[in-house]
Amino acid sequence: MLDSIPNNVNLENNPKLQRALQRWNPNFLDWWREMGPGGFQEDRIYLRTAIGVGQGGWANYDYVTMPEYRWGIFLANPRQGETIHFGDHVGVPYWDQVPGEHRKDLRRLVVTQGDTEPASVEQQRLLGQCAPSLLDLRNLFQVNVEEARHLWAMVYLLHSYFGVDGRDEAEEMLERRSGHPDRPRILDAFNKPISDWLALFCFTTFTDRDGKYQLASLAESGFDPLARTTQFMLMEEAFHMAVGETGIARVIKRTAELMREGKDPESVGAIPLPVVQRYVNEWATASYDLFGSEDSSNAAAFFAAGLKGRYQESDNSRYPDHVALDDVFEAKIFEEGSWTTRQIPLRRAMNACLLDAYVADCKRVLERWNAVLKEHELSERITLPSVRFGRHMGIYSGQCYDIEGNPSDEQTLQSRMVDWLPSQADYDLVKRSMVPVYEPGKIANWIAPQAKGVGGQELDFEYVQFH
Amino acid sequence: MQAEAISESSASRPLLETQSHPQQYKHWKLRVEGPAAYLILDVQEGGGYLPGYALKLNSYDISVDVELADAVTRLRFEHPEVSVVVLTSARERLFCAGANIFMLRGASHPFKVNFCKYTNETRLAMEEASAHSGQYYLAALNGLASGGGYELALACKEIHLIDDHSSVVSLPEIPYLGVLPGTGGLTRLVDKRHVRRDLADVFCTLAEGVKGRRAMEWNLVDEVHPPSQWEEMIAKRVAELVREGATQQGIALEPLVKERRGNEIIYKHLTLSVEPDARVARLTLRGPATSTAETPLPDNAAQAGSGWYPLALFRELDDVLVELRFNFEEIGLILIRSEGELESVMALDRQLRARPDDWFLREVRLLIGRTLKRLELTARSIFTLIEGNSCFGGFLFELALASDRIYMRDDADDPAGIALSPLNEGAFPMGNGLSRLAQRFCGNPEHPRRLDTGKEPHLSAQQALDAGLVTAAPDELDWEDEVRLAIEERTSLSPDALTGMEASLRFAGPETMESKIFGRLSAWQNWIFQRPNATGERGALTLYGEPERPRFDRHRT
Ligand SMILES: [Fe+2]
Ligand SMILES: [Fe+2]
Repeated sequence: MLDSIPNNVNLENNPKLQRALQRWNPNFLDWWREMGPGGFQEDRIYLRTAIGVGQGGWANYDYVTMPEYRWGIFLANPRQGETIHFGDHVGVPYWDQVPGEHRKDLRRLVVTQGDTEPASVEQQRLLGQCAPSLLDLRNLFQVNVEEARHLWAMVYLLHSYFGVDGRDEAEEMLERRSGHPDRPRILDAFNKPISDWLALFCFTTFTDRDGKYQLASLAESGFDPLARTTQFMLMEEAFHMAVGETGIARVIKRTAELMREGKDPESVGAIPLPVVQRYVNEWATASYDLFGSEDSSNAAAFFAAGLKGRYQESDNSRYPDHVALDDVFEAKIFEEGSWTTRQIPLRRAMNACLLDAYVADCKRVLERWNAVLKEHELSERITLPSVRFGRHMGIYSGQCYDIEGNPSDEQTLQSRMVDWLPSQADYDLVKRSMVPVYEPGKIANWIAPQAKGVGGQELDFEYVQFH
Repeated sequence: MQAEAISESSASRPLLETQSHPQQYKHWKLRVEGPAAYLILDVQEGGGYLPGYALKLNSYDISVDVELADAVTRLRFEHPEVSVVVLTSARERLFCAGANIFMLRGASHPFKVNFCKYTNETRLAMEEASAHSGQYYLAALNGLASGGGYELALACKEIHLIDDHSSVVSLPEIPYLGVLPGTGGLTRLVDKRHVRRDLADVFCTLAEGVKGRRAMEWNLVDEVHPPSQWEEMIAKRVAELVREGATQQGIALEPLVKERRGNEIIYKHLTLSVEPDARVARLTLRGPATSTAETPLPDNAAQAGSGWYPLALFRELDDVLVELRFNFEEIGLILIRSEGELESVMALDRQLRARPDDWFLREVRLLIGRTLKRLELTARSIFTLIEGNSCFGGFLFELALASDRIYMRDDADDPAGIALSPLNEGAFPMGNGLSRLAQRFCGNPEHPRRLDTGKEPHLSAQQALDAGLVTAAPDELDWEDEVRLAIEERTSLSPDALTGMEASLRFAGPETMESKIFGRLSAWQNWIFQRPNATGERGALTLYGEPERPRFDRHRT
């Protein structure tokens, strides 16, 4: 079994890791069969498998049944520098073991990140049954096996660097279940069901993008194995976000075409733009919460210890000061009837800094979506909800802001919610559109086809061979 | 040599409100359902005692504990029909995150110490209620219980933890704050729950805590239940534990009548009069009216109500001690006097011990016992002054026995007298389990027996001195000077040295879990609170939640 695990972590000569994986792997496969994509485990999928980190090494396409997928363990190539470049330990050589002093914080970071990976597989497990095309179906499974590989990546860290405790945590990853009343996943957004493809595309756009920013900040870590593990995960994450972004763009395109033809999108089984907007609002807001509180002592501790940096922390032109002790972050907040500026010591505001970078990124995505509307000469636009809207976490939680971030009151919010967040009617409408299409080259009516195939194949390639 | 007094004064804070009532609770909900009561923690973030910190995550400050203490006492008097008290929270996945760190950081040293003491006294009251009042405390931890939150659970007879694969119990004070889970946490872990010392060592340094099955295996909790069965399992356990059919009718604890007038607080049976310059507080209690003493106890003793003298007086005493601790930090010496008829006191003393099985009398005796312990645990010098019109007899003489010194005036024209009763031999045990008489003569166990308390012996000043019951018995010519000098001398000494000396001398004899907790709280915890590694500029408590990380002085003592 171990021979077939692609890796660049010298697994062959690491008896400790071998032993841990030997015990964990059967449980992982059980989990995959139980919680992985439902109904497609025996089918042959045209998937990409990473077998190395070099050029071409991580992009090999072939048919494989998912339980036989070769999940691997990879570290990105060594980094440019050799010493920690932010926080209190600037200039100290990168750690290649977990320093005891930082064990609890590192464990928390790895466990929290790791838990999201299998969670998203669980959230998406029934979507195959209403895929709009074979290529979409194949892309879903690609995302799923890669999220499972991300679980492997985090489990590798737990097994290799966190002792007995790490092994226990690795087991727990397989025991928690998204949305389970008794054993829920750690973060709220990962307990929300993803029951249709519009939600999937929103999730991969917004929630996977949170993942990107979390991984990027961990890729700055002074703990070298964590930094290089997450750096490699980022390559895969880019594909997931592309699935999301192009997915929504295709939904918008299809709807725009229908609108140009003078048709009511809903009447032909497509999705009206206001529904898309409400889905965007729902998932963007839930994803903002994943960044944690804007004012966080944990975030300060992680930065101080050199465990988690800002987005692209090593870029000196982006951040002239990597110690971040003298600056403050200013957060606008409406309190007691007027706007005030809350001055948060910069280190405590690291979550807010990361969220800022994330929001800027999301805005670029929305610009590309809106370009589609523009091309179709439509005046409608998709907008990003304010980071103050509907928050359950951080300094804006428990406060009342409208979708644009203007102060409001509970009563107004209540009456406007149907405009801002999906209603049951919206979910039902989307659900009705979700008609499975499994014929090569064909596409469901609610979404435009992809621009091109994957792995050098045409759009009408048989991406999934049903058994 | 006169050193300039340097201290942060309690005068710079608003007065702490020491009394509460369920209708005024901000942080707790008390629900009584027949034989079961539910104490539900739902801390109001902005409802703390002082401004400047928000009580996030169900963390607590003194205002939360004043309400809890009220609830624990009230349940015993007002709801004797209750046999199980469930302690839980109104929050999802969160029981209690412990004492609020930002409150602790901002607090003066005396305030911190008194806060810790008070919270532990409340916890002991819960344990006493479980042991002696038939009110079984069950902690239903429906989410994270960390630090003081878990310490609170440790004070319950039984701990249930929700098993949702993330909720933990933890004592993270050492790894996070560089201080101790010292308000009973460490001691209850090993002395009460008998957690193995090495596992306890791991637990107390494991910031992330322990969850589910392992928490049970280590005996940190008694049972774990998954969320889907949580309510049902707790209800089931409560149903197993309750004693149905209790018919006792509780009494209302009427609000204390209490008036502040200048440097005085005047209660119905008690006046506190402080002299800030002299750093002395005079505590004068007024004995029962003759008519009160002559009224026989009703058949149902509880009908005597919260106005019954022994109960009313000791509720006032309990309150005044909390006042002294929090609102009069600079007072160094408490002078206790009494005025009244010794015979009236003795008549009430007889009533108090008349029916050993009566629930109401039991609760009054227990409350007197708790108050006496609170007195002994008050870090002030305590002198009792006995004069001609004093009425220190039986249960009231315990106040004298709890003092550091007793002065009794030997005046032929106005003779002072004291009296003993069987209550002095164990009705009000000290924290170490001994009666004050037994502890006073711990080198001579025969002596208390020779005093023959069953005969209610009355002693003059000279007899009391001979019997070792008072420290000194100056005659009428020496009295004024002796007492004045003793007071002035006492208040001139180092308050810290006195605190240490008194705590060392007051509790001779064996140790109990209770005495250990207070001993370690007053010594280790307070030492650490003073050390730079905790509260220095780069100390862990100072820098908790700040951008900077602590830096330790690595020398071990
Ligand atoms: Fe991932
Ligand atoms: Fe992803």
